[in-house]
This record gives sequence, structure tokens and C-alpha cells, in this order.
Amino acid sequence: MALTNEILKQKLSDKFGEQLTEWDEQYGLLTVRMPAEANLKVMQHLYDAEAFQFLTDLTAIHYPERTGEELCVVYHLHNLVENIRLRLKVYVPVEKPDVYTATKVFSGANWMERETYDNLGINFVGHPNLTRILNVDEMDYFPLRKEYQMEDPTRTDKDDEMFGRGGSI
Amino acid sequence: MGRPVQYNTNMKLSPIPEGYSGEGFMATSFDKVVGLARKNSLWPLPFATSCCGIEFMATMGSNYDLARFGSERMGFTPRQCDVLLVAGTIAKKMAPVLRQVYLQMAEPRWVIAIGACASSGGIFDSYPVLQGIDQVIPVDVYVAGCPPRPEAILDGILKLQDLVHNESLRRRNSPQYKELMESYAIQ
Repeated sequence: MALTNEILKQKLSDKFGEQLTEWDEQYGLLTVRMPAEANLKVMQHLYDAEAFQFLTDLTAIHYPERTGEELCVVYHLHNLVENIRLRLKVYVPVEKPDVYTATKVFSGANWMERETYDNLGINFVGHPNLTRILNVDEMDYFPLRKEYQMEDPTRTDKDDEMFGRGGSI
Repeated sequence: MGRPVQYNTNMKLSPIPEGYSGEGFMATSFDKVVGLARKNSLWPLPFATSCCGIEFMATMGSNYDLARFGSERMGFTPRQCDVLLVAGTIAKKMAPVLRQVYLQMAEPRWVIAIGACASSGGIFDSYPVLQGIDQVIPVDVYVAGCPPRPEAILDGILKLQDLVHNESLRRRNSPQYKELMESYAIQ
């Protein structure tokens, strides 16, 4: 019998119970929140038992208004046997953004975690080489966090008003 | 009497520089001769990172034919080239590479910034993008456009040819030039 979102949800609920919360299904993509300390356990189980062996994407989002869980790490898993996808979310506070690295399960997570660290400063505990990958090494902040402006702070010749930002409009 | 078959009749020769000529000799200033020679055999070094590079490829190609202006020979080593053509967005991480390429070129050297991104960062007013290559190397000619058409790039090359033609041989030793180099921390 083909694996569907309902069956998958039932199987995961049976296995992990109360640990998995905030079930959601948008545009047919099953989404669930898991606790940060259980992310490896859930993903390892999905890898071994449910054939979710492909990590499509790993990224993070900054929600400044969610006090105590400002940073959300998102994993997109793909079961290539049943062709079914799953989205996993982990929330961590911005003061202590520690998440266990997924590189032990998915080798492909290596660069994606470096990128996520580079842009949002998630500390992937156990990552083999957690250094900046896209931005210049001298950068001393995490540019995709919402408190930083997107524009280059060193620019001198671009007028906010002419670029449709701020100014008197 | 000319040759029976004439090829390439539709061509323009550079005018002879001003000078004093008599039978069997011609005297003019060294400046003018060197300027003339340099101007008509500029070796470009393309540093293309995005769509402006595609436009530059069209400029090199047979339709627009940069070779007409003496620049048919692209050099892909900075050590041989006279003019650095920076075409495309330069990320901040790329800036030291660009600077290194510029430093490896021998004097006299010129730089053309092709397109909005190389000139000012363009639409990429964003934290990882260098806001114009003139933050790391001096630029002689800016070509506007996003991307500029090949005609615009040719116009930029012709503007540069004017600069090269009229450049004094002593310019690179002048205090102004040294000051410019020092402002970019280039020895």
C-alpha cells in the first residue's frame, strides 16, 4: 500500500507521540514541528524505517516576534521510493541557537548547514567544519537576521529615496 | 598603378600624427607615436561574471567585431594584457581576486567597468555585493546599461582609446597618479 500523508502521520504519531506537534498540511506537503533535542532521532528513524533518504533542503527563518523561539530550522525530506515529501521544523531561541547537526544522517547537509550558519547563525552542534561558506570570512554578523538591513552598509552613492525606500514617500 | 584586385577597400587608416616631414624622414613626438600604437592594439582581459559577459562575447563576435578596433586578441592572462574589462556583478568575496588580477597586470594598464553592477553594484544593493569595482581598483571608463548593448561596450572601448591616445608618457610617474594608486593601497 502506498504511503500517504495520513499513514505517515499515523506512523510517526505512534512512534514519537507527544514529541511531534503543530501538524500541518499545506499544498499537500506534510509539516511537523519536533523538539530541537530530538531532531536526529526523528530523522534517523525516517531514514531507516520510512526511506526518507534524501535531504532536499535545509534552511532557517528568523521570526523576531516569537520570543524564546526566534529561529526556525527547516528540513525538507524526500522519500524517493514512495515519492512523498515531508517538512520538519525545529525552533530554537536566538540567544542559544543550538541544533544537532544532520550531517551524521545526511552527508549533503554539510554545506547547507554551513550556509544556514553563515546567514542566520544557527550553531549546528557536531558539524565537522562550521565556518562561513558564502559570505566573506571577515563578516562579523549574520546578515539574514531581521535586525540587520539588507542593503550594503558601506554604500555611499545610492539614495534611499531614489531607490523607493524610506525617504519622504 | 594599383594591384589588379583590391581587397578591404572599405577601411580607415589612422591619420599620421602631426610632425615635421621631409624627404625620407618624419619627425614627431614620441608621445604621439606611442599613443597611436598603444591605442590601436589594446589587449583586453575579459573578467566576465554574468550577463554583461554575454554582451561582451557578442561584442567580440563577428557581428560587432571588436577586432575592427585592434582588440581582437583577448588575453587570458593578466600579465599580457593592457585593459581589464570587468563585466558583471562582483561579490565581496570576489573583490580580492579582482584586485589580484589587476595587480598582476603590467603598467600601463586600464580598466573598463561594463554595466551597472561593475560600476555601482547595480540592482544588487545588498550585503554580499561590492558596490562598484572602484572600491577596490581604479576605473578609467564606465559603461552604463543593464546589460549594456554591444554598441555601448564598443563606445566604451573607443572612449578608452581616446584616453590611451592622449595619455602623456609621464602620466604614470606623476604625483597625481601615485596618489591615486596610494588611495587604493597599490604600490
